[in-house]
Amino acid sequence: MSTGRLLVVGAGQAGAQLVSSARELGWDGPISLVGGEPHAPYGRPPLSKAFLRGQAAAGSLALRSAAFYREREVDLVLGERIVLLDPPSGTAVAASGRRWRFDRLVLATGARPRRLAVEGADLDGVLVLRDLADAEALARRLGAVTDLVVVGGGFVGLEVAATAAAAGVRVTVVEAAPSLMNRVVGAETAGFVEAAHREAGIRVLTGARPVRFRGDGHGAVTAVELADGTDLAAGLVLVGVGARPRDALARAAGLRCDGGVVVDAYSLASDGRTLAIGDCADLPDPTPGSDRRLRLESVDNAVEQAKAAATTLVGDPRPYRGVPWFWSDQGALKIQIAGLALAGDEAVVRPGARPGQHIALRYRGERLVAAEFVNAPADFLVVRKALAQGAPLSREAAADTSMPLKRHLAGRPA
Amino acid sequence: MPKVFYTLPDGTERVVAAEPGDSVMRTAIRNGVTGILGQCGGELSCATCHVFVDERHAGEFPPVSEDEDDMLDVAATDREDTSRLSCRLVLAAGQEVHVTVPEAQL
Ligand SMILES: Cc1cc2nc3c(=O)[nH]c(=O)nc-3n(C[C@H](O)[C@H](O)[C@H](O)COP(=O)(O)OP(=O)(O)OC[C@H]3O[C@@H](n4cnc5c(N)ncnc54)[C@H](O)[C@@H]3O)c2cc1C
Ligand code: FES
Repeated sequence: MSTGRLLVVGAGQAGAQLVSSARELGWDGPISLVGGEPHAPYGRPPLSKAFLRGQAAAGSLALRSAAFYREREVDLVLGERIVLLDPPSGTAVAASGRRWRFDRLVLATGARPRRLAVEGADLDGVLVLRDLADAEALARRLGAVTDLVVVGGGFVGLEVAATAAAAGVRVTVVEAAPSLMNRVVGAETAGFVEAAHREAGIRVLTGARPVRFRGDGHGAVTAVELADGTDLAAGLVLVGVGARPRDALARAAGLRCDGGVVVDAYSLASDGRTLAIGDCADLPDPTPGSDRRLRLESVDNAVEQAKAAATTLVGDPRPYRGVPWFWSDQGALKIQIAGLALAGDEAVVRPGARPGQHIALRYRGERLVAAEFVNAPADFLVVRKALAQGAPLSREAAADTSMPLKRHLAGRPA
Repeated sequence: MPKVFYTLPDGTERVVAAEPGDSVMRTAIRNGVTGILGQCGGELSCATCHVFVDERHAGEFPPVSEDEDDMLDVAATDREDTSRLSCRLVLAAGQEVHVTVPEAQL
């Protein structure tokens, strides 16, 4: 196959998978993988967990070895930020002035953390967490503070809160919504998780909004002021209020963007030729039968969309389909979610077989559409598979604990 | 350096030099050994890193935890006595390990 020059902008989870899969599927032209960070592609999940605990060195996070890129003749270019793209002429320009010519272009630029537009948001000690440099700064400072305020009760915020609390830091989580992880899990699971975090000594304030970060007069943060007047002491603040797709390059290049680079099921952008994958893409929901559009921020999506996109590149296009899944390790809580629930989907809560477990199966009418698990990884695997295969599980069976879920799903008569 | 010998489902063997402290799963992913997916990056959340460990290494690794045990029960390829999730198999300096990669991980 003569395939031409491939340029991948963004050397993260999705970019690394894309070049691996493209080579595996027979792309034989030159491949350049260009990343703005000084590091070879690495996994971000440990940044808020093992790395922050000091249990994983920076070098151990790499997704592929140096030999991997070398053997596959992938030119991995680090520390170069692409600032200009011209897809029609096949040109890319980096901030340094370095240029690339390409025949096919893949955008895998990820997302940047959202910041809060409140007074004092730029004080020293108000941090965000997206990349290794952020994590190193956070880890260094956590060792030296007594009070951490986490703004935002989503995955990343709660993971950091749990890690810090376990290290003996006094932690307060401030969440504007009425429950934690508001957009991703139902009220039952959120309640279970909140109770567990409280038990671990974390103070959780829901329905609470910071209006001001106050400093010590020398530019360092000392307190967070909430809308109801509450004043929280804060030697350190982590703002974890979500991420925005990095789509400015695409927009400037004339590609349609709508809170992410708009792509179809083949990861093709509006010019029908450029591809976009991972956190930066606005894509059709890969869930079979769904016709909505969304953005997904997960390792599963970065990897699976990249694999599907590689089939587009080599001229054997397969649409991206699958049941999205997520995990979040928050201290002693292993949270796993299979499928995407919508706000109105009802929950059948199934008592866990062991203490500390929680299972909520989400139903749209009589159809199982998603499920949330705490400390029940085997049940998660069984239900994820059932969702992928469209295997039915009645509400009655879901609530019936006389048999494990595995048996309910396997034991049906042919 | 530790070394891992991966026997693939088609019977071929790949030998990979590993870093001490890396797991058998991570070593496979980093070096493009197919058949081990490691979807969760080693956080014991996916069971897509299933391997059969050669019997000669029995006792060289920490025992199977309750979660790992439950997850192996529902792995895509039926478990055997030698089954492990390879993100649990952390390599020590100089250690040599022989594993067989199962047919399916999903
Ligand atoms: C702290 C943290 C914990 C997480 N934990 C989990 C978890 O437990 N489970 C889970 O499923 N997901 C988790 N995620 C989400 C997951 O890491 C992301 O969804 C995933 O990394 C997305 O991959 P990506 O390749 O799209 O983007 P990224 O991995 O962000 O990679 C994009 C790369 O592109 C580079 N780039 C951007 N613009 C340019 C440019 N113009 N030129 C050159 N390079 C550029 C960026 O610097 C970056 O390195 C976590 C994320 C964070 C931040
Ligand atoms: S890599 Fe996910 S369980 Fe081992």
